[in-house]
Amino acid sequence: MSMRSIWRTLDRRLARDIGLVCLADGVVGLSYGAISVGGGLPWWVPVLLSIVVFAGASQFLFVGIVIAGGSPIAAMIAGVLVNTRHVAFGLAVSDEVGSGWRRWLGSHLMTDENVAFAIGQDNPRQRRAAYWAGGIGIFICWNIGVLLGSAAGSVITDTDVFGLDAAFPAVLLALVLPALRDRSTRTAALVGAVVALATTPFLPAGLPVLFASAGLLFYRTPKPALEPAA
Amino acid sequence: MNTPLLLTGIGILAVGTFSLRIAGPVLRSRFEIPERIQGLLAAAAIVLLTALVATAALTAGSGSAGIARPAGVLVGGVLAWRKAPFVLIVVAAAATAAGLRLLGVP
Repeated sequence: MSMRSIWRTLDRRLARDIGLVCLADGVVGLSYGAISVGGGLPWWVPVLLSIVVFAGASQFLFVGIVIAGGSPIAAMIAGVLVNTRHVAFGLAVSDEVGSGWRRWLGSHLMTDENVAFAIGQDNPRQRRAAYWAGGIGIFICWNIGVLLGSAAGSVITDTDVFGLDAAFPAVLLALVLPALRDRSTRTAALVGAVVALATTPFLPAGLPVLFASAGLLFYRTPKPALEPAA
Repeated sequence: MNTPLLLTGIGILAVGTFSLRIAGPVLRSRFEIPERIQGLLAAAAIVLLTALVATAALTAGSGSAGIARPAGVLVGGVLAWRKAPFVLIVVAAAATAAGLRLLGVP
């Protein structure tokens, strides 16, 4: 699928929704850059992380540990742990990522948001378009935000004032909600969420979400006869 | 600040993250995966995203996220349930949390 056909396939409403998430990601990037520089890190640390790692939660964790005086190696291990969920995402969206050079670029562009956007679409073309438009848009907005935040330093450090910390879980919730109408998926997801919440006080960041996979024990593949005709 | 060590940490995190991301597509291209397992994999992504929603909404670090954030997510969730426009969901979630904080709710 060429870039041009990505834009042609996206309907206007989906494009607007993705644009909104990109904008919000940009503002979070702004705060991440500012927090990093405000905490005493050189400007290139948040900027480099955003380009080569490009995974918000692990980046916040990495700079947080280093700013607190922790070793960059400990920060790296924590970051990798938080990003392990991408294995499950990759297995689910491999068709959207594609093959050849697209697999290399598309894998790097994998985020919670564009995976959720892709899963929420009902035909393969839309899924692919949502994945790529989301990935590219978020990459651009996130990096511009981080660059500006790093330059601005301590101007904006607390996006909680704008409630953005509530907007992100709400975005993901809105995107997974249609899939949760399936009873078996819903049961698995609810059990998983309870496991993640129960283990959060005791485990390092990233592991609780992985442990949520235990919920899949309650997942039953729908019987072929009950599947809607494709 | 130990720059070489910092660069090493960033480098390994970048390579590690990329490997985790590309692992799924590579595995799917090497092995024929039965339809039953494909359904399970799609459900796994939903389960992990839902757990991410729950932990991001309710926890901060290893403690509680307070009241304002979960309240905002709840408002967004109810609107999503009622099939409200996406923009409204996002803005209402953020505005609820921001508004409560303005009133001094943690």
